[in-house]
Amino acid sequence: MRGEGSEAILYVDLGCPHCAATWHALSRLDARLCVRHFPIASKHRRAPALHAAAEAAAAQAEAAFWSMLDSIYADLGRQDDPHLWQRATSLGLDLERFESDRRSDRIAARVRRDFASGLRAGVVATPTAFMGGRAVAAANIAAELSRDRRETRPPPKAAGR
Amino acid sequence: MIEPGTKAPDFTLRDQDLSKVSLSDYEGRRVVLVFYPGDFSPVCSDQLSVYQEVLGEIESRGASLVGISVDGVFCHRAFREQLGLEMPLLADFHPKGKVSDAYGAYQPEKGFNNRSLVLVGPDGTVEWSHAAPSETEIPGANLIFDALDR
Repeated sequence: MRGEGSEAILYVDLGCPHCAATWHALSRLDARLCVRHFPIASKHRRAPALHAAAEAAAAQAEAAFWSMLDSIYADLGRQDDPHLWQRATSLGLDLERFESDRRSDRIAARVRRDFASGLRAGVVATPTAFMGGRAVAAANIAAELSRDRRETRPPPKAAGR
Repeated sequence: MIEPGTKAPDFTLRDQDLSKVSLSDYEGRRVVLVFYPGDFSPVCSDQLSVYQEVLGEIESRGASLVGISVDGVFCHRAFREQLGLEMPLLADFHPKGKVSDAYGAYQPEKGFNNRSLVLVGPDGTVEWSHAAPSETEIPGANLIFDALDR
């Protein structure tokens, strides 16, 4: 979980440009986000690696998870391993541990668990948000979250997840 | 849309590699027929990409999954390559939509299929079918698993 405000569970694909656009829009809103992994490898080949990297960051520090997502969505053009090492280093992560974690079965299972939960909930495209038990499609997420709110606050600081 | 309990109409269509595929090839096994509007459309790309993600899980439950649209063989081949899809894609190309029509999935006024799923049992009987309320609505993979688990 990160932020304060209207709550949304957000299924994202870290290789997905629509998700990046939504992420950017949400960063300007008061929203309490719970992010779940939904990598679709056939559309975005590096998605599994990106999600594993985000979880490997989380294994070292909760805040690093959010920073990794911010970093990836800020620049989707840099998804290869050296780019991930660079991102991890700039977040102050232990690179050796990051490398072994992101390739571990434990992390893969964690990502898979989120994916399976999304499937069960009927997620078919990213991003998909659930707000108050209702699925909200990509185009409407920011509008739903910003309803009755003003988009003036800076991005909220990282909290627990 | 074809109803559960109905004998599934047999067919023979070409797949992306020009090989002939018949429903009867799947006798003794469950098969999910995925009728969809068209290769490369954004929504179809999303739909088949998600199904690709769960293909292994579907197969591990003893079922196969096959896509059917009115696109031609080589279009199917390119679409599969682009998305890295592993399920066969069958070309209901000529006479256009004939097989899809037999399942109630073809929309003659539009010239392409509605998004529809049909689960055919090992004995060739329709076990379950689902037609999307609109073309932009993707039937979630959860529907397939619910049908397989029934």
